[in-house]
Amino acid sequence: MILFLAFGLANAIDAGKVFDDPEMQARYEKIVSEVRCLVCQNQTIKDSNAFLAGDLRREIQRLMEEGRSDAEIYDFLVTRYGDFVLYRPRMSGKTMALWIAPFLLIAVGGIVAIRVVRGRMALSVDDDTD
Amino acid sequence: MSRFLIPLVLVAVMIPVFVIGLNRDPSEIPSPLLMKPAPEFELPSLKDPGQNVGSANYEGRLALLNVWATWCVGCRQEHDYLLRLANETDIPLYGLNWRDRREDAVSWLQQLGDPYVASAYDEDGRVGIDWGVYGAPETFLINAEGVVLYKHISPLTEEVWQKEFQPRILAEKGIIE
Amino acid sequence: MIPEIGHFALILALSLAICQGVMPLLGAHRGDDALMAVARPAARGHCVFVIIAFACLAWSFLSDDFSVLYVANHSQLALPDVYKFSAVWGAHEGSLLLWILILSVWTVAVGRYSRSMPESFSARVLGVLGLLSCGFMLFTLLTSNPFERYLPAPQDGADLNPLLQDPGLAIHPPILYTGYVGFSVAFAFAVAAMLSGHLDRRWARWTRPWTTWAWLFLTVGIALGSWWAYYELGWGGWWFWDPVENASFMPWLAGTALIHSLAVTEKRGLFKSWTLLLAISAFSLSLLGTFLVRSGILVSVHAFATDPARGLFILAFLGIVIGGALALYAWRAPALDSDAGFKPLSRETFLLLNNVLLVIAATLILFGTLAPLIADVMKAGKISVGAPWFEIAFAIPMLPLLLLIGVGMHTAWRSQDWPVLAAQLKMPALFAIIAGLALPALVYGRFGGLVTVGAIAAFWIMAVALIQPLRSLRRPPGTPAITRAALGMSIAHLGVGFFVLGVSIVQAFNVEEDLRMTPGQSVEVAGFTFELRELRNLQGPNFQALEGEVEIRKNGKYIGELRPQKRTYLVQQSPMTEAGILASLNRDLFVALGDPLGDGAWSVRVQYKPMIRLIWLGALIMALGGLLAASDRRYQFAKGAVKSTEKSALGEKVA
Repeated sequence: MILFLAFGLANAIDAGKVFDDPEMQARYEKIVSEVRCLVCQNQTIKDSNAFLAGDLRREIQRLMEEGRSDAEIYDFLVTRYGDFVLYRPRMSGKTMALWIAPFLLIAVGGIVAIRVVRGRMALSVDDDTD
Repeated sequence: MSRFLIPLVLVAVMIPVFVIGLNRDPSEIPSPLLMKPAPEFELPSLKDPGQNVGSANYEGRLALLNVWATWCVGCRQEHDYLLRLANETDIPLYGLNWRDRREDAVSWLQQLGDPYVASAYDEDGRVGIDWGVYGAPETFLINAEGVVLYKHISPLTEEVWQKEFQPRILAEKGIIE
Repeated sequence: MIPEIGHFALILALSLAICQGVMPLLGAHRGDDALMAVARPAARGHCVFVIIAFACLAWSFLSDDFSVLYVANHSQLALPDVYKFSAVWGAHEGSLLLWILILSVWTVAVGRYSRSMPESFSARVLGVLGLLSCGFMLFTLLTSNPFERYLPAPQDGADLNPLLQDPGLAIHPPILYTGYVGFSVAFAFAVAAMLSGHLDRRWARWTRPWTTWAWLFLTVGIALGSWWAYYELGWGGWWFWDPVENASFMPWLAGTALIHSLAVTEKRGLFKSWTLLLAISAFSLSLLGTFLVRSGILVSVHAFATDPARGLFILAFLGIVIGGALALYAWRAPALDSDAGFKPLSRETFLLLNNVLLVIAATLILFGTLAPLIADVMKAGKISVGAPWFEIAFAIPMLPLLLLIGVGMHTAWRSQDWPVLAAQLKMPALFAIIAGLALPALVYGRFGGLVTVGAIAAFWIMAVALIQPLRSLRRPPGTPAITRAALGMSIAHLGVGFFVLGVSIVQAFNVEEDLRMTPGQSVEVAGFTFELRELRNLQGPNFQALEGEVEIRKNGKYIGELRPQKRTYLVQQSPMTEAGILASLNRDLFVALGDPLGDGAWSVRVQYKPMIRLIWLGALIMALGGLLAASDRRYQFAKGAVKSTEKSALGEKVA
C-alpha cells in the first residue's frame, strides 16, 4: 500500500505511472497538478485530456529526466506561456501582494482586535442586559 | 468617521475595474515572447522532408510565422485570406504545421493553395511549445533582429492586419518615424 | 399562449414589486399608514404572479414547447420529465426566474412573521426587498427573458447539458439560492435600521433567526454542490477553489460572522457597526457572485453563457445596491455607540476574534478570486491563482480560529475566570490531543504532520461542542435543560469538527491510481482488490454508454460492486463519465472509466478516499444546528405577540 499526498484532483486519462522511482513520480504529480491547461482552462494538465496538456506533461517529464529543478521547470513554462500557466502564483513582483496578503491582513486584524479590546476593557461591565 | 467610508471607497474603486474587465477576454493569454527574441528552430520541411525549414530561413528580415493545422477550424477560415495576403505583401509568410499528419497537411495545401514560402513540420509539438502556442491559428510578426513584434491568436483578417500588423511593419521599415 | 401569459405575469409582478418597493418606504419616511400598509398585499400579489410565471415556464418545458427559445436550447424530447422540470433553472434566464421566485417567497414570509415589529420598520424591510425584486425583474425582462420565442419552432431541442442531467441539479440550485437570497432579508433589515437611524438589541433579535435560516440553507446548498461535483465530474475532487465556488463560499463566511456578531449585538448591544457591515457584505457578496457567474469576466467551469451586456446591467445594479447601502453605512454607523464594556477574557473578545478571522478569510478568497482580473486590467499580464495558493491562504486565518472556537464557546460574557475555564477545557484538550495523534497513526500509519494538527483541531472542537449537551443530560433533576438555541450552537460546532476531520484525513490519505485494465483483470489499490469483470454497451433514455462491472474485495471478502459508465449523450455528442462510488462513513471507493487504450484495454481511475463523507455530513450537522437554533422559542414572533420576558429596556427608541 503506497500512500500519496494527493492534492484533491484526479489523474489525467493517460498519465499513469511515468517514473518508476516513487519520489520522482510524486514530484512529477505535484508539478503537473500545479500547471494550468491552456486549452481547458479550468483543469490542471494532470486532469486535462487536451493534447497540449499531454505535450506539456511530456516536456516536464523530459526536463525532470534531464535533472532540472522544480524552479527551472516552472521557469521553462513561464518563459513560453506566461504566469497564467501556474496555478501557484510565483513570488515575483506583481504576485508578491498575493503572498503577503494573508500576513498583512492578520496583522491588521490583530491591531484592530487589540484596539477594540483595549477600549472595551476600560468600560464598565455592569449594564442592564441579562 | 473616515474609517466608515473605507468599504464604500473600496467598492467605488472596484467598479471601474469590473467595467474594464467586462470588455476583456479572460481566457486569452498574452504572449510572454513579445519584444523578446524569437525562438530559434530547425525542423524538416513539410513538403520536402529532405530539406530543413527554420528560423534561419528568415534571419535578417521581417517575417511572418503562421501556426496552422488541418484539424483546426480557424485555420481553414483564415486560409483564403492568407493566400491573398501572401500575394499582396512583401513580407515572407512561413508556416509551422503543428501536431498534424504530414500527408493530410500536404494534400490540404495542394487542394486549397499554399500561401507559405515554406512550412516547417512540427510533428510532436516541441517547437510549438517553445513559441508558446496553445491554440491554432496563431500568427507571429518577427523583425529583422529576430524579435517578436506581435502575436495574433485566432484567424487573421484584413481588419487585424491593418490594425495591428501594418503599423508595426511600417514602423520597422522606418516609414513612420 | 402559455409563454405569453408567463411573460405578462412577470410584468404584472414587476409593477406590484414597484408598489411594494416605493410606497412603503415613502410611507415610513412620512409616517403615512396607508402607504405602509401597501407592503404586505403587494408582496403577496407579486409572489402570486411570479409563481404563475414560473409555472408557465415549467409547463413550456414539460409540454416540449420548443417555440420558446430557452426550452429549445436546454431540453429535448427524450429528456426524462424530472430533468425537464429542473432544466427550468438549468441556465441563465431560468435560474434568474428561480431567484426571483425564491426572493418573492422570502418576502411573503417576512411579511407574515413581522407583525410584532413596528410598522415603519417592517414597511422599510419589505420596501427594500421590493426594490431588490424590481432590480432582478427588470434585469430579466430587459436582458434575459426566458419566454422569448423562437420561430419557426424546431422539432427537437438542443438538450440539457449532460452534466446537469442529474438529481443534484434538481436540488442544489434551489437550496443554494434560498441561502443566497435569504441574506437579502438580513440586508433589508440592515438598510431599514439605517434608514430609521436606530439599531438596538431588539433589532438584532429580529434579524437573527432570518439570518440563521438563510445561513443553514446556504450551508446545505454549498455542501450539495461539493458532493455533486464529486460524483458527477468523475475526478473525485470535492472543492476546486473555482471562482464560482468561491462566490458561494464568501457569503457563507460573511454570514457565519454575521450570525456570531448578531449574538453580541443582541446580548450586549455591541458590535453594531460590525453587524451592519456584515449584513451588507453577506448579501453584497451574493450579488457579486451572481455578477461573476453571469458576466463572463472570469474563467470558470460553472459560468453561465456569458454576455458582457448583461454583465454591465448586473454591475450597475450591484453598484447601486451595494454603493447605496455602504453610503448609508458611512452616514449612520458612526452614531451607533454603546458604553458596554468587556474584559479581555470574555466571550465578546472571542467573538471579536471570530469576526476578524472570518472576515480575513473572506477577504483573502475575494482577493485571490479577483487577482487575475485586477492584474489583467492593470496591464500586469495574466496570472492564475489556484488551489495551491487558496489552500495556504485560507488555512492561515482558519487554523487559529479552529482552536479558538473551542475556548470561546464556553467563555462567559463580560468576564471569565481563567482557572474555571481551564478546568473545563482540560479534559477535552487531552482527549483531542490523544485522539488526534492516535487516529492518523493507528488507522493510517502516519505519526505527526499537518494531518495530525487537523485531527487534533477537529477532535478538540467536537469534544468542546459536547460539553454543554452532556452537562444537560447529566443535570440534577429540577434544573433547566439546555435551550434549543444552545443545543443548536453545540451541534453546529460539532458539525464543524466533523468537517475538519474529514478534510484533514482525506487530503492526507487519499490514494489515486490510474491503471490500464482489460476485462478480467484485477488490480490492488489501498488494500482493496478491484476486478474489472466485464465491459458492456447499454442504452439509456437519451444516451449510449459503455458500462464496466467492477467487483471489489478486501482480503478475499466480497465488499461490493460498482458500475462506472462512460456515456455519450445523443444530441450534444459530449462524453461524460459516471463514476461508480462505494460509499461508507469511513471511506469511499471511487472508480471511473477513462479512455480506451486500444486492444480492448481501458484506462481506469481508482481512488480510495478515507472519511470523505464526513465533509458533507459535517456540513449537514452544521445546518441541523442552525435549524435548532433558529427554531428556538425566543425567536417565535407570532402575530402581535410580545414576549413577556422581554424587558422594556431591551430597545432604545422605537422607530
